[in-house]
Amino acid sequence: MAASIAVTANYVLQPPPYALDALEPHMSKQTLEFHWGKHHRAYVDNLKKQVLGTDLEGKPLDHIINKTYNNGDLLPAFNNAAQAWNHEFFWESMKPNGGGKPSGELLALLERDFTSYEKFYEEFNAAAATQFGAGWAWLAYANDKLKVVKTPNAVNPLVLGSFPLLTIDVWEHAYYLDFQNRRPDYIKTFMNNLVSWEAVSARLEAAKVASSSSA
Amino acid sequence: MAIRCVASRKTLAGLKETSSRLIGFRGIQTFTLPDLPYDYGALEPAISGEIMQIHHQKHHQTYVTNYNNALEQLDQAVSKGGTSAVVKLQSAIKFNGGGHVNHSIFWKNLAPVKEGGGEPPKGSLGSAIDTHFGSLEGLVKKMSAEGAAVQGSGWVWLGLDKELKKLVVDTTANQDPLVTKGGSLVPLVGIDVWEHAYYLQYKNVRPEYLKNVWKVINWKYASEIYEKECN
Repeated sequence: MAASIAVTANYVLQPPPYALDALEPHMSKQTLEFHWGKHHRAYVDNLKKQVLGTDLEGKPLDHIINKTYNNGDLLPAFNNAAQAWNHEFFWESMKPNGGGKPSGELLALLERDFTSYEKFYEEFNAAAATQFGAGWAWLAYANDKLKVVKTPNAVNPLVLGSFPLLTIDVWEHAYYLDFQNRRPDYIKTFMNNLVSWEAVSARLEAAKVASSSSA
Repeated sequence: MAIRCVASRKTLAGLKETSSRLIGFRGIQTFTLPDLPYDYGALEPAISGEIMQIHHQKHHQTYVTNYNNALEQLDQAVSKGGTSAVVKLQSAIKFNGGGHVNHSIFWKNLAPVKEGGGEPPKGSLGSAIDTHFGSLEGLVKKMSAEGAAVQGSGWVWLGLDKELKKLVVDTTANQDPLVTKGGSLVPLVGIDVWEHAYYLQYKNVRPEYLKNVWKVINWKYASEIYEKECN
């Protein structure tokens, strides 16, 4: 079972690691105010209420996620738990003046597993664009390989047995104020201007350590 | 065979296909975006003109375009006998065909106030609602609660079960049409709870959208469908 990495805040709404207007003009302050301030906050608050008085209360977030995923037969707290995790992971996947091409080992691995950065870019874009309805697209790591994954609603790679490295939220609330229906433009903007490759590299290192220690 | 039914007029009975034309010798129809029977701003303040325009011209149009593409690909897959290719197209057909079906119903489910939007249902549908849900308020409360509880994207429906002759409230995920929840279910009122249906105006507060949308629900249309199916 994949260990969770980086996101450890249990039922606390952590602020993004930058000011709410710091991603402008690529992601507006208004979007952050609603997306973090309302949507993410609601997942955390509702999760707290939902686990109160149950045997999930006080358990680490990744434990709750795996338990309530229940092999795909989702239990009630899954949505709030996974979405709380996913959103914190999402804020940390971005940074002001981010985007562009990674370098070093991460680039080498992307070139190894996708044949080129451009091919990875295409595949990640396509996954994000074709996840129908609400969901997420991910770069994930499993069995010493990088892969692109897309998931519906609140599902994330943790429950699919791989380490998440990068995500883009493609629920409409993530882009509607800034891009309306134009999801492809949002995805391009994310890739070109927002991705924090530092965060991705750090997660990759943690994932390699976690896989080798459980091998 | 099921695939032919997808492209046939029968499945879309009750919807006026104002413009579709036959192309190719196999007779695969091309669908087009139906016009709205009112101006984009006519449903204000319940639903903003901005939302109506983007919802109709962008979202619904995209479903129509992609549905047509999927049908064309399906036609080729069927004629070349590639069963895997045919099966692979099923999700694109469900997403986009469902999107077209659902939104075509939705535009008829809405009406400006001055054209009867929000006026409670009379006649047999009104009585049936009272019988099954106690009152219109009871139905509205139930549908609003179920609509608010849809996780991710989907629809909340008032339907008629033709076989059991009773009204039902149900939800569908993504663009699944109501018929995917039961072959004898006929949609009477559908409310789109995808975020694109309300976000620009109501932001994250879906319950507020659900409270206000009832002011423009076109019960006359729902009654017509109900009476037709019951006779």
